[in-house]
This record gives sequence, C-alpha cells and structure tokens, in this order.
Amino acid sequence: MELRYSDADESFRAELHAWLEVELPALAPPPPRDAWSERRKWDTDWQRRLFDAGYAGLHWPKEYGGRGASPTEQLIFYEETARARAPYVGVNFVGTLHAGPTLIEEGTDEQKAAHLPKILCGDEVWCQGFSEPGAGSDLASLRTHADRDGDDYVLNGQKIWCSFGQIADVGEFLVRTDPEAPKHRGISWLILPMDLPGIEVRPLKTVLGSSEFAEVFLTDVRVPVANRVGDENDGWRVTNVTLKYERGTAFVSELVDSIRLCEDLARGEIVDLDHGNIRAELGRSIADFDALWALTKRNVSQATRGTSGAGAMVMKLAYSEARQRFGDLCLKALGRDALHVDDNEYVEERLRTLALTIAAGASQIQRNIIGERILGLPREPR
Amino acid sequence: MDLDLSDDQVALRDGIASMLAARVPIERVREGFDRALFDELAAAGVFSLRADGFSWADCAVVVEQLGRFCVPGPLVTSLLFGDGRIAGAVMDRPPIWVEHVDALDVLLVAGRGDLEAVDPATLVAERSPWPLDPCTPVARVDTLPRGKPAGVDTAQFEAAGIALTAAFQLGLADRLTELAVDYAKERVQFDRPIGGFQAIKHLLADMLTRTEVARAAVYSAGAALDEMVVNEAGTPASIARLARGAKVMAGDAAIANGKVATQVFGGMGFTWEVDVHLYLKRAWVLDTQFESSDRNAAAVCIAAGEPNRS
Repeated sequence: MELRYSDADESFRAELHAWLEVELPALAPPPPRDAWSERRKWDTDWQRRLFDAGYAGLHWPKEYGGRGASPTEQLIFYEETARARAPYVGVNFVGTLHAGPTLIEEGTDEQKAAHLPKILCGDEVWCQGFSEPGAGSDLASLRTHADRDGDDYVLNGQKIWCSFGQIADVGEFLVRTDPEAPKHRGISWLILPMDLPGIEVRPLKTVLGSSEFAEVFLTDVRVPVANRVGDENDGWRVTNVTLKYERGTAFVSELVDSIRLCEDLARGEIVDLDHGNIRAELGRSIADFDALWALTKRNVSQATRGTSGAGAMVMKLAYSEARQRFGDLCLKALGRDALHVDDNEYVEERLRTLALTIAAGASQIQRNIIGERILGLPREPR
Repeated sequence: MDLDLSDDQVALRDGIASMLAARVPIERVREGFDRALFDELAAAGVFSLRADGFSWADCAVVVEQLGRFCVPGPLVTSLLFGDGRIAGAVMDRPPIWVEHVDALDVLLVAGRGDLEAVDPATLVAERSPWPLDPCTPVARVDTLPRGKPAGVDTAQFEAAGIALTAAFQLGLADRLTELAVDYAKERVQFDRPIGGFQAIKHLLADMLTRTEVARAAVYSAGAALDEMVVNEAGTPASIARLARGAKVMAGDAAIANGKVATQVFGGMGFTWEVDVHLYLKRAWVLDTQFESSDRNAAAVCIAAGEPNRS
C-alpha cells in the first residue's frame, strides 16, 4: 500500500496542471444556471479545449479518439480539474460518460462514425431518456413504447428526469419493443434525434428553483430502426455495458469540492466552531470525506488490477449519505445566515444534496443491491 | 498509488488469520488475556513486526485480524513498545483506569510531554469486580507515579497508536457484520430468513458500508505513516488528520455495528452466551483509548483548518 504516485502519474499531473494554468484564466465566468443555451456553449467550448489538448474521452479507447487513460490518470484528471475549479463535464455528461461508451461497445460502425467524433469535440450534446413517471427505481417497468412500422419505430410515451433535455441534440432512450416479454427482455436502446417531430421538452423546476431536468413527451415520433443500438429487446443489457467503463472515479470532483467546503468552514471564519458540537461534527464530515477519498483510491487501485471489491458497491450509498450529513451541518452551523441561498454555497449544498440519495439508484435500492450481491441475502421480488 | 493489499499483505493477513483461528477461538477470548496468550502471539511475530521490518500498513493488516478475533490484551501498545515486554498505556488525566494492570510489565504514561515508563508494581490500584468488557480488567488509580523516560518517539507512538487502534476497531466492525449476516440468513421468522426483510437487510448493508469506508481510511492512515509525508498536491492530509479520521470512522463503525448486530440477534443478542456483546464492549473500551471519536473528530477539524495546504 502506498499513497505516493508513480513518476509517470506525477508527470501526467504536472502536464495537466500546467495546461490548466494557461487555459483557466482565459475562461469567461460561468453563465447563470437557467441560461441553458449559454450553459451549453460554455460547457461545449470547454469540451473543445479538452479535445484540442488531448484530454477529451480520457477513458475512451485510443482507436475511438480517446486517450485510453489508466484509472489512476482518470483520478488525477478529475482531482486536478476540480481543484483548479475548472468546468465540470456539464452538458457533455451523457455523451462522454454514458452514450459514447455504449456506442463504442454496442454501436454499428455507422453509428460510431456518426456520433463519437462529435461527442468528443463538443459538437453534439446528448440527454438521457430512461426514467418515466411510472418507472423510477423499477426502471425496467418503463412503458414508453416503440411500435414497428416498416423501417421505422413509432414512439409514444413520457420520460422524466431528462438532464440537458432542453438543449440536447440527441438522446439515448429506453423504449418497450415487446410488451408481452418479461419486463427486462422487452426493452430496446434507441438513438433519438431530439429535433424529430412529435418530441416536446418541458423544463422541470427543482427545489433549487431552476430547471436542472426536463420532461419529454413523445407523440407518434418516427425513428428509423437503424437508430437502434444492439439487438431488439436487448436494451437492458446494452444500457449496462457502460459499467465496465466505471473505474471508481465517479465522485472524485465532488469529493474534492466537498473537502474544500469543509476546510473553508474549519478555518472558523464563516461559522462559530465553538458553538454546540459544531467542531466535532465538522471533524466527522471531514473524516467522512477523507475516508471516501481513500475509498476512491482503493477502488481505483482495484480497477487497475482488474478486480472489483465491495468498496465499489458501497461508494454511492456512503457518499450520498455523507454529503447529506454535511449539508445538515452546514445549515446548523450557519443558523439564520442559512435563510438566504443567493451565492451561499453551503445553503445550496443542503438543497442540492437532497437529490443524492434519490438519483441514479435510491439509497434503499443501493442497500438491496449490497445486501443481495455482496452479503448474499435473499432477493427482493423483481 | 495503491490502497489495495499487496500479494505479500494478503499472505500476511491470511497467515495471521489462520493462526488466530487455531489458537484464539472465542472460548479462549472469553478467558481473557494472560502471559501464555502474549507468548503465543509473540512467537507468531505479532509484537516484533516493526523490528522484523514490516511497514505500518502491514501492522494495520495484522491488527485488523486481531480485532476480527476480538483478541484481548494491551496488544497495540505492546506492539508499539516492541521490546518483548507487555506494555500498557494510559493518559494522565482523570478519571484514570488502567487496563490489564496485573499482566503488565510496563505502563506507559501519556499526557506529560514525552512518554514515561512506570513500573506497574508501584501503582496503588483498585480493581473493578465488574469491568464493562469481561475481557478487559480495569483498575482505578488516583495518582500515577512519575516514571522514567520511555525512550520511544512520543509523536510516532501516538500517531501509530491511533491508526492501529483504528485497525483493531475495523476488525471488530468487520466481524460483527459477518456475525449478523450469518445469523440473518439462518434465523427464520414469519416463514422467511429475517435477512430477506428489507428492515434487516438494510441494517446489514449499512454495516458493510461503514466497514468498507473505515477500511479505506485505516489503510490510508497506515500508508501515510509509512510515508510520513503525504505528498499529494494540495491535500492537507497530515498524518494526524488521517490517523484520527481513521479512528473516528473505524471506532464509530465498530460501535454502530455492535449495536446493530445486537438488534439483529434479537433477544439472543442480549445474552452473555452470544458473542456479540464481547465485540461491542471492546469497541466501547477502544473508544476511550487514544482519545474518543468526538475528541478525535474535533482534532481532525482543527488539523483541516490549519493553513498548511501546499
């Protein structure tokens, strides 16, 4: 066991650090949260800079224009960019981290050629149409259906929690192609151009007061069958292929940010640490985040060896709970200073983290998965 | 950067685990600590790890297994003192309770600047007839005599003591998870193994989660001790912060897991016969060594607030 990085990893870090020092000062300030077209431009401009510098598609194989970076290099990349307060992946999230890897694994040559280069350089923004009002934790019960009509599918249904739906060019959509089959076996994965007739996108206002998500209504939307990725009714498996791209680095940027917020509080200038038990509670949050940072490194170490332990499975649950404890502490420590959000990161922290135990696998579902897959307890009905 | 066990560490872990499985079953744990147990552990090399060239991370791997087997005795302090004697330690701050006083060769006294070594025979100690942990006898001392300089690096003793105690707590948390999970698979109520009910399953998932997070913290602290300087750009990861943070995580995990395991065992969890209370009581004992979780958490906060970021 060692914390020290290899010389090769340190030179990767130094090169990245030097590049960030040149690029970041030239960057315009980030646009307001609800200014979606400006946000798209800001995020995709950054993606273009990453592309020009050879950092786009960090974890994609080289043959598809990626960098083929090792898990440790990915860790360093997310750590350094977060530390430098560089833009996060933003609107490029679905394309670079989910749809792109899915196409690499399952797409046809035509599908790859049509999308991968554009995703890499920021010319194409993707959104995700998986969840539905009636299909949340039980995603496989989704009902948006695609009915075959000649060389087209005709789509009808409703999607929700569609991040970046307002400004996306393309969506990855899960649709039901066989209503008779068991629910996991009647789903297909489609590339959906978002400008097709019959698609209506409505922004969905969240507790933050801004529209982080959208609802998408599909009415007789005609999509070529050629837009299907993988076999018909094999979409459930297709959507899980990105798991092999998971290298344990999913929470690096946010952990770096959380630790920074904690350290700023720990200096005692923003809040009174002598009040109540605030100092010890803040120390516990710092211990939480330091431990999760160590767990991230441990998971990355295992990914490097091609193994995966229990740590990778518990990360999401532990991280989201730790963030919420910290959010609670932020409000408690601020007292009546917490009554305005404005530019107060700490109040925003409390609001934003309400979503963490719900999105991308609710904590209760995580506990089921941990209980069954790691501990070998009896399975829930599916 | 590598926070996974090396092949050598896996062998070390498995070796100590099989030795403990053979020599220190839970029936032996219940008999408590004595010189025979110390000698057997010493023969296995537990107390000479540092002299034999093992790293602090290696020590953490070994001590984690001692925790898994709930081995009683002043193990961490004897390992740290490392001269072949049975060494206990106590903070010179009331209330003073000395553990295993009748088994000690030397008592190290902290809280007076550099560590002092006191001859336990000189103590005026009132032995408790009913210690919290039946495997950890304790005796009340009003005044600790002055001792001689212990001749150890006090700062390193403290940092390593915190980290290795955390490793022991990690072992307790890990074993408690295993005990509770095994029981939840066997115990049938309402015609189902109780581990199939989400109310129980989720408790068990949280036990595992706490343990895995604590494990990362403990290994990270062990590696930090070995490197003495944590050289990540900008991470103010002082050894004190990592070691104390690890003890907060592992200590809280051990106590929480002990309570949850008791609950999962139901009425049987409240009996002397079921082993769970031994692990939970040890977890409570260890929370008073090398400072409590609350004190360590406050110290982590103070370390994090220092402007020492590179």
